Amino acid sequence: MSEVPGDLVYTQEHEWLRLDDDGSVVIGITEHAQEALGDLVYVELPEVGQSLSSGDGLAVVESVKAASDVYVPIEAEVVGVNEALADAPEKVNEDPYGEGWIARVTPADREALGELMSADAYQEFLDNLDD
Amino acid sequence: MTSKLIFEKSREGRFATAQAPLESLDALLEGSDLPSEQRRTQPTVLPEVSELEVVRHYTRLSQKNFSIDTHFYPLGSCTMKYNPRACNSLAMLPGFLARHPLGPESHGQGFLECMFELQEMLKSVTGMSGVSLTPMAGAQGELTGVAMIRAYHRNRGDLARNEILVPDAAHGTNPATATMCGCKVVELPTDSEGDVDIDALKAAVGPNTAGIMLTNPSTLGVFERKIKEIAAIVHEAGGLLYYDGANLNAILGKCRPGDMGFDVIHMNLHKTFSTPHGGGGPGSGAVGVAKRLEPFMPIPVVGKNDDGYHWLSEADLPLSIGRLSGFMGNAGVLLRAYIYMRMLGDDGMRRVGEFATLNANYLMARLSDAGFDLAFENRRASHEFIITMKRTAREHHVTAMDIAKALLDEGFHAPTTYFPLLVPECLLIEPTETENKETLDEFVAAMIRIAERAERDAQAIHAAPVTLPVRRLDDVQAARQLDIVWTGSEDAAA
Amino acid sequence: MPFIPHTEQDIADMLEAIGADSIDDLFDEIPESLRIDGLDGVPKPMNEMAVTRLMHERAAKDANALSFIGAGAYEHHIPAAVWQLTTRGEFYSAYTPYQAEASQGTLQVIYEFQSMIASMTGMDASNASLYDGASAVAEAALMAVRANRKSKSRRVVFAGGTNRTYQKVAEAIAGTQGLRFEESGFDRKTGRAELSTLVDGDEPPVAVVISQPNFFGCVEAVDELTDAAHAAGALVIAVVNPTALALLKPPGEWGEQGADIVCGEGQPLGVPLSSGGPYFGFMTTRQSFVRQLPGRIVGRTKDLDGKSGFTLTLQAREQHIRRSKATSNICTNQGLMVTAATMYLSLLGEQGLARVAAASHSQTRQLTEALCTVPGVTRRFDAPAFHETVLQLDRPVGPVLEALAERDLLGGLDLSQIYPELGHCLLICATETKTDEDIQRYRDELARVMGASTTLRDAG
Repeated sequence: MSEVPGDLVYTQEHEWLRLDDDGSVVIGITEHAQEALGDLVYVELPEVGQSLSSGDGLAVVESVKAASDVYVPIEAEVVGVNEALADAPEKVNEDPYGEGWIARVTPADREALGELMSADAYQEFLDNLDD
Repeated sequence: MTSKLIFEKSREGRFATAQAPLESLDALLEGSDLPSEQRRTQPTVLPEVSELEVVRHYTRLSQKNFSIDTHFYPLGSCTMKYNPRACNSLAMLPGFLARHPLGPESHGQGFLECMFELQEMLKSVTGMSGVSLTPMAGAQGELTGVAMIRAYHRNRGDLARNEILVPDAAHGTNPATATMCGCKVVELPTDSEGDVDIDALKAAVGPNTAGIMLTNPSTLGVFERKIKEIAAIVHEAGGLLYYDGANLNAILGKCRPGDMGFDVIHMNLHKTFSTPHGGGGPGSGAVGVAKRLEPFMPIPVVGKNDDGYHWLSEADLPLSIGRLSGFMGNAGVLLRAYIYMRMLGDDGMRRVGEFATLNANYLMARLSDAGFDLAFENRRASHEFIITMKRTAREHHVTAMDIAKALLDEGFHAPTTYFPLLVPECLLIEPTETENKETLDEFVAAMIRIAERAERDAQAIHAAPVTLPVRRLDDVQAARQLDIVWTGSEDAAA
Repeated sequence: MPFIPHTEQDIADMLEAIGADSIDDLFDEIPESLRIDGLDGVPKPMNEMAVTRLMHERAAKDANALSFIGAGAYEHHIPAAVWQLTTRGEFYSAYTPYQAEASQGTLQVIYEFQSMIASMTGMDASNASLYDGASAVAEAALMAVRANRKSKSRRVVFAGGTNRTYQKVAEAIAGTQGLRFEESGFDRKTGRAELSTLVDGDEPPVAVVISQPNFFGCVEAVDELTDAAHAAGALVIAVVNPTALALLKPPGEWGEQGADIVCGEGQPLGVPLSSGGPYFGFMTTRQSFVRQLPGRIVGRTKDLDGKSGFTLTLQAREQHIRRSKATSNICTNQGLMVTAATMYLSLLGEQGLARVAAASHSQTRQLTEALCTVPGVTRRFDAPAFHETVLQLDRPVGPVLEALAERDLLGGLDLSQIYPELGHCLLICATETKTDEDIQRYRDELARVMGASTTLRDAG
């Protein structure tokens, strides 16, 4: 059973988002996603300053057997990326909700986060996947 | 056997002197007007070794390979049949090898005649109206095919047709190709018996449909029974049908894509027509087209008139999608396919499909009897079939990949694993027509031994292979700490 | 039955195991209306003896010409060992090395090849090869669009004097994805690319293609061209002749920053002319772009016991995994050609390759001088040349070449179709394979054809 922290919101594509006090949003992939991908070998990060629409590709996470897009579920501008992943993509496997974060963005509309799944809803979504 | 690199055998001042001009570099460059600021100053890593060292090094490396000449290679979707030696030696006759691609037609009639006849034979076995030989691999043949479909619609002023339908079981090249051609990919589901879902197809076609890409028999190893219905639906909607020739071996001489309603096909000459795989190329992806697509064929094409054989180029085919290679594609591969087809003749061509199918169905029956799970147990095998190791994976934690590696220890190349993606823990098995019954029986025996061992001692299977030059390799390290060129270090990055 | 080993007994036993009455029963899922009885367009079978005779007759028709054609494919001596070893069954009949443990031979060869070609081009990373030089340029253009994230342009400029066929091929392969290809000017006196028009135009290009030497054989001022392209925000795609790299500065050292992507036709490295293929394209790049490389890449790693070994790496970028999002639809490299090239480069070494390059350069200078002694023949461009030059004739080139061909001498490439703006121009090439006697023969034949009275001996 993979960990689903209660203070984050989630997408069906297995991204998590966290709204920080300064109004910015941190994005990463979930425990479930990193397990499914296996050992990551590379993370292609976005460029700071990039403007993204809801549903755009934010990053690409690559393992030896798969490469998956990480989407941004809200309209946002990239304000920071986790440079440490360039040399240590394994951080996403080891600590997906902490040191393995991918990017920090400024959302165009903070309310849009309310439409994403809560931890409970995501947990239920995962449970249904296993059936 | 050590795995020293050729660079590690280098000794300063050594050199295969028989292979270079005898004059010294200084003498050769006397009076040269090459500007000094354009001259190379940094040395290269090229090794300094004797001719014997080179011959021994690469002979020994060759011995670390599995190959058709040394091992049974039941690699699904790859058609690893015997590559007749005569095809190689005759394609390498000095008259063929020395001919410059831009040499005049007057000094290429022998070659051009072979190419013209090859075009004619390929038209006959596929039921198509025109053939262009220039695409250099299956994937380039695909690119050509989709580009022709696109050009056809555009030439009619129908600019909306931008969607290519691709079944979810298709080769990865199909969607990659459609994207390369600037088209949008629409995936079609497959029904439980392995056929295209007709209702989904009907819902997907429309005024944006440029065409559909199909493999028949499909990558699931079964013949698409509703092919004529599919053709009618797609044509009715204004789209064209593309045939991926990866599995042409299954039906060679028995039925033809042209008769099924396909408008364009690519053939993998390195599969069906027995040109070598060469450790990953060169391939050859000749395309065949229906009448309405002939004006769009890639150039050059070989034509014939009273004066003999000649190239057709831009002036003859002004609507052509253009040139795909510097000259005319993989000519030497095409010669090998030509020689193969002449040796087989009409009769041999028919037997290819028959015996490829016989071998596959025999192997499928034997493995099924031995307790292996077939992916589509109610269907005939085409020239290949799928077994799934899902049960073994669940009960003994032995995966399809483990079985594949254990087969290497048994002296068999592994079947294709994890393709098609639709079938979990699958092995796609294609024996080809050139293998005898004894080899197939030995393969079945090896599979039974491995399955028994998986139940008894899964650890042993996880450890396989143990008899090859290396054991399982760390792919994660390979990708994380990229070591793709030698820069002087003794060993792989630790 | 050619290459089908089944005895009647085998067939009977196999059908029994299947539970079918006949082989035809195995095709019962194919609708009856689609089945065919015979193949009209395929002749009767031939045995090996008969086909051997046929092919010898065909090959003989094409043999025996003395050729001075280059233009992208070059006749060099190929050591006997190269193809004897390359056509060993273990290389020749092996599949793509997906099962790494059973493919260490092919994988190590490719790793050695990548190392050699990266070093020769002065770059950090190489792929396992592409189809040919022309298609490699198309792939390089597509790669440049992916790699040059700062540019929104899809305009790719070919420096004037770059092989125009390469541009046509790039248009056919990459044009459908919205890339636009344009050619900048070349200097009519020197034959080299014009610096002033390189990055002109409506928008700064995403990439500039610079060739060394260029199609006319001229050695380009690559430093200035590279710096101008970089200053305009474009990536530099270098198209180089691999033999010339033994003498000329590698693209990694061009200008202030070096070229970004290097590619070219690998044929000169041990691959026979063979009517145009199979050849191979090579491609190298800087470390930061390695994940944008199309095609296969071999890496060195460790096995379970810690032993060094080789495997395909970065496969997640490729079509069989990434499907419609792959970097390219390519799945083959030209494995066998690369095997030959790796052996060729090992046998020649740096010293041997440099001598081949220098001898080709020297023979071409000698050929050019000799032919320019024929009245009506002059050298067209005055830039230094590597192993090709352009001659200007005082009359149409076509009939002259035809007259030479009748005497089994292939005198070069008529440029009037490709470069009509140059008038009666002829591209000639001599490699180390051309002796002083060959050059003298060409001079004499040309003099005869051009109607000069200075012929030294009458071969008539």
